[in-house]
Amino acid sequence: MEHPFAISLDVGSSLANHTGNWRTERPVYLDRLPPCNNACPAGENIQSWLHRAEEGDYEGAWRVLIADNPFPAVHGRVCYHPCEDACNRGQIDETVSIHAVERFLGDEALKRGWTIEPGPDTGKKVLVIGAGPSGLSAAYHLRRLGHAVTVREAGPMAGGMLRFGIPKYRLPRDVLDGEIARIAAMGVEFVFESKVEDIPAEMETGGFDAVFVAVGAHLAKRTTIPAREAGKILDAVSVLRDMETGDPPKLGRRVVVYGGGNTAIDVARTAKRLGASEALIVYRRTREQMPAHDFEVREALEEGVLINWLQTIKQIDATTFTVEKMRIDESGWPQPTGEFETIEADTLVLALGQNVDTGFLESVPGVAIAKDGVVEVDAHMMTGRPGLFAGGDMVPAERTVTVAVGHGKKAARNIDAWLAGGTYDPPPKHELADFDLLNAWYYTDADQSVQPQLDIARRASTFGEVVGGLDETTALFEARRCLSCGNCFECDNCYGVCPDNSVIKLGPGNRFEFNYDFCKGCGLCVAECPCGAIKMVPETT
Amino acid sequence: MSQRVKFYQTGTFTVGNRLLDADQRTVQATRERNNSLTSGHRACQGCGEALGARYAVDAAMRAADNRLVAVNATGCLEVFSTPYPESSWQLPWLHSLFGNAPAVAAGVAAALRAKGDTRTRVLAQGGDGGTVDIGFGCLSGMFDRNDDVLYICYDNEAYMNTGVQRSARTPAAARTATTPAVGEHPGNVMGQGKNPALIAMAHEIPYVATASVADLHDLEAKVTRAMGMGGARYIHIHVPCPLGWGSRPCDTIMLARLAVESGLFPLYEAEHGEVVDVTPIRRRVPVEDYLRPQKRFAHLFRGEGQAETLAAIQATADRNIRRFGLVPEEVS
Amino acid sequence: MLKQIEGSQAVAEAVAMCRPEVIAAYPITPQTHIVEGLAAMVREGKVGTCQYINVESEFAALSAAIGASAAGARTYTATSSQGLLFMAEAVYNASGLGLPIVMTIGNRAIGAPINIWNDHSDSMSMANSGWLQLFAETNQEAVDLHIQAFRLAEQLSVPVMVCVDGFILTHAYERVDIPDPDQVDRFLPGFEPVQVLDPDDPISMGAMVGPEAFMEVRYLAHHKQMQALEAIPALAADFAESFGRESGGLIAPYRTEGAETVVLALGSVNGTLKDAVDEMRADGQSVGAIKIVSFRPFPLAQLREALAGAKRVVVVEKDLALGLGGIVASNVRMALRGLATPVYTVIAGLGGRSITKRSLTRVIAAATTDTLEDPHFLDLDWQAVDSELARWKERRRAGPIAENLLREMGLVGHRPHGTEGPTS
Repeated sequence: MEHPFAISLDVGSSLANHTGNWRTERPVYLDRLPPCNNACPAGENIQSWLHRAEEGDYEGAWRVLIADNPFPAVHGRVCYHPCEDACNRGQIDETVSIHAVERFLGDEALKRGWTIEPGPDTGKKVLVIGAGPSGLSAAYHLRRLGHAVTVREAGPMAGGMLRFGIPKYRLPRDVLDGEIARIAAMGVEFVFESKVEDIPAEMETGGFDAVFVAVGAHLAKRTTIPAREAGKILDAVSVLRDMETGDPPKLGRRVVVYGGGNTAIDVARTAKRLGASEALIVYRRTREQMPAHDFEVREALEEGVLINWLQTIKQIDATTFTVEKMRIDESGWPQPTGEFETIEADTLVLALGQNVDTGFLESVPGVAIAKDGVVEVDAHMMTGRPGLFAGGDMVPAERTVTVAVGHGKKAARNIDAWLAGGTYDPPPKHELADFDLLNAWYYTDADQSVQPQLDIARRASTFGEVVGGLDETTALFEARRCLSCGNCFECDNCYGVCPDNSVIKLGPGNRFEFNYDFCKGCGLCVAECPCGAIKMVPETT
Repeated sequence: MSQRVKFYQTGTFTVGNRLLDADQRTVQATRERNNSLTSGHRACQGCGEALGARYAVDAAMRAADNRLVAVNATGCLEVFSTPYPESSWQLPWLHSLFGNAPAVAAGVAAALRAKGDTRTRVLAQGGDGGTVDIGFGCLSGMFDRNDDVLYICYDNEAYMNTGVQRSARTPAAARTATTPAVGEHPGNVMGQGKNPALIAMAHEIPYVATASVADLHDLEAKVTRAMGMGGARYIHIHVPCPLGWGSRPCDTIMLARLAVESGLFPLYEAEHGEVVDVTPIRRRVPVEDYLRPQKRFAHLFRGEGQAETLAAIQATADRNIRRFGLVPEEVS
Repeated sequence: MLKQIEGSQAVAEAVAMCRPEVIAAYPITPQTHIVEGLAAMVREGKVGTCQYINVESEFAALSAAIGASAAGARTYTATSSQGLLFMAEAVYNASGLGLPIVMTIGNRAIGAPINIWNDHSDSMSMANSGWLQLFAETNQEAVDLHIQAFRLAEQLSVPVMVCVDGFILTHAYERVDIPDPDQVDRFLPGFEPVQVLDPDDPISMGAMVGPEAFMEVRYLAHHKQMQALEAIPALAADFAESFGRESGGLIAPYRTEGAETVVLALGSVNGTLKDAVDEMRADGQSVGAIKIVSFRPFPLAQLREALAGAKRVVVVEKDLALGLGGIVASNVRMALRGLATPVYTVIAGLGGRSITKRSLTRVIAAATTDTLEDPHFLDLDWQAVDSELARWKERRRAGPIAENLLREMGLVGHRPHGTEGPTS
């Protein structure tokens, strides 16, 4: 419209006024490392697969998940989920039940028969020794990278500690078998009951370009207890292995388990299920100091397992065990008190930890064995012998399924790089998305979803799975409890709260970008971003 | 899917989000929003009024199918949006004087009616000074005649454009250039000031609401509801001012939120003089949480502090909470 | 159609015939009858879809008119005296925005002391606001000027005040030729604004303009007034052709041929003045008169030309620039700048005081012999003034002038000088 001079103006003509030059700081979008991802020993991109699960894209979510971990159904059950310990949502109400969603995705994949294609053939051959979680993980990742893989296993079946260390009521075998079968279907060759004794020779004859050793740690640690008349003493590893391979062990009516780790709990709970009227755990420290996870202790107590804290077994006289009460000194160590009691039991099961059987490695040139019997590896998971990699319980690390699976992935990536004549350098980690970087006000109040549990009565007599899975609705709800720490989830807050319209919305899936022509650098977008995916950086010019 | 899961990370607390149904997202979440007040305006960094104006006018534009005329009182909003030779407005817009926006808008509405234009709607807007002080006579007249105008007051609680002087909306104890933080009772006097929303209700006009730049869904719903009615309507929007309040530009929305959550700025709606709905406080906070980040209240916390004054301000918040039932369990 | 009609009603009918679309008004004497008349006609449906807004103040009245005009409606309002002052801010705003609003001023004195009667102080206070100001001599001219005012305003995009003397015209019943509506329609086309608030073609009106362009905006507003100097006579000529009578224009000389003394005035006093001229001419004196119709724009060149043969000029005006003297006279002196022609100022009729033919004749006669003081205050009660001045000399504090004077004149309770306490 023609209009009078100066007093009337064309609409939107202020777009000629670039207010961006007011800025002393500029906002930038970034992906921060969510604490869950940071804490995951398997290196899962948890926030990312939850993001897809939130949209109901379960297969997409599962595919993001299995890029790091081939065992979602297993991990959803047996992982001790350090991710949840780190979860920022715990500071709002309760942590996201990440494992429950993971399990849902894993079960969904088994139910729907989702498969994974191996990578294009590289012509390289890798020998994996040990079909436990670490070896299976390595085999899987190596296949994804296109290498031919043979797995040699001394035992009769794949699974390692997943099968021989974790009771069925925590990990049903059809679930385990299903996830292993999916790896086998990728073209991994398994050779069972075939112990490798001479690695260099096997490499030579098999034409392997590299080897990954992950034979675990299953030599039970012993302790010397004075015995007037020897009673029945078993070790936990054998008890749990016998549950899988042959006749269930005969433990008697009253069972004492000595130790405070998860294995001790597993054995005590197994004993209850095998009909023991009394399963008693003796542990020399307090409940708080028990290495076993609290939820496992809780479940065991629910099932009637008894625990004597602050006691050591001093003497065995057939079925009579003399225990000494302990007290905790100022530095947290148990000290004897000189007070004694006796306990009656038919069997003592020692659950004092395991050692690695490194005999077959000692002769391999370059391989170093540490004082505590574990195999030394470098930052690339490689032993002192080039091309020989090791991982899992046999290398210095926390001994959990998830750590083992993480080792398998890490080793596979390093082997892949080594085979190509290089080294694998992981991308630098993003800065951590701490809780104080979030604007928690925006998140809807929502308590954690509860997984169903088997009745106590049934838990006493069967090996049925104790903890049930979430149905789809609940799993979706739980996924949506994710705060998406440090990663944009397209809530539109930045786009909405900018007083200068200097945020450009790029549309679904494409997030946003700043229009620095107009951004004045007020920082409202940063302050009001719920998930801490924007930060201010100083202007340089 | 066995059952529709309505829950989403942030529900409707955020501006939008990718999984919400379109009708649950705000106008501001859409790429098609009008940006009625567009980029290049000269508002300070973190200006609550610039934000509130775009929120409100965009919502009104959508409700009016983009047939909207805005009349603007003199003040920050006018000055920062239309300094010759550039305008930031993207709708027909008229600025006349400081104290006459309601009357000018009444004139626009009359002209439209005379011309038989039943589609184009009229919105008038101004700051707290232009609305509750100098423009109050005209506003009351507009209410009295029930002119077909939606009047929106952006309340930043002082005359900011002229350099932060006290208005009838300046809160008790706040420091302004004309209520300095000196003497026995520093800052603005206790117990004075006007409540224009309640006064508007006393005119028994069809619709009165208070809103906050911290609650966009609520704000848009109120503008939309107001636009669905005829006659005189009034919406009073709380818009923090970093300059006048002595707050960080990035804290604008946080402060608006704390004003609501403390009970100092109650959110409610009234039709024909009766309160019909209130927005409950979600996470109640003491007034101190709201006051402390603002330099205009710094004297309340300096040295021995001003415990009595703080208690009086807290009492105001508590009274609001009781009066409007802002914390449901405290109603009875 | 000839009607014996009250001036206000005649103006109301004329305005109604101009088909205003929005009228916003607030009551104030003496313009009230105009807007009452319009209110009735609007309510009766005689003014089309016109919206009549009962506002809460004159400030709101003109503000509503600003909004309506900006939205493209032909808009009218009316006021007087205090009302015009109360809307002062909006008066400047309307002209600054170039909105062609027509406003009737029922001319009235400004208080204190409060006074409802006629003089021109109100219009004069807004003389430089950017509005055109046309003064009517008669109710016929008031009617005609309103019809011309809408066309003039809309042609130039500038607001116009039509100044009608309060009571003398507004409340006077006289014979007025009320035009035929069709005639008005033919003369006054529909309003086509140069800018309008339109969602289909949005614009931002009322920007803040700084030093870089403010002078240009002001110059352009002045230029519009200069354009009006040409538009007003052309419009008057067109009006005369359409309606068959002379009305309006910039100035209207009366018997100035060869006149040595020419008397100038605004508004209704021109009637009395013409009688005085006739009488003095009959008496052989060389006297003429000029009615100034357009005070803004002020017809400097036209007056200079019209006064070229005069030996002296007398300006009779109903206003007083306190501390200066005559406002109109000052303007006239500007028209005659560089010439030696004396200009006598006669301040007359303030607050409604009658201006009689006899008094006029007396002061004009004094002027013809160059014995008139300048300024001359017509029919001033010097006894009252001198008495008050004497008292000022006695006392340091003068007190309220009005009350003391009234007391002196015996119009309120008399109290010995120096007595303290309330007077009523």
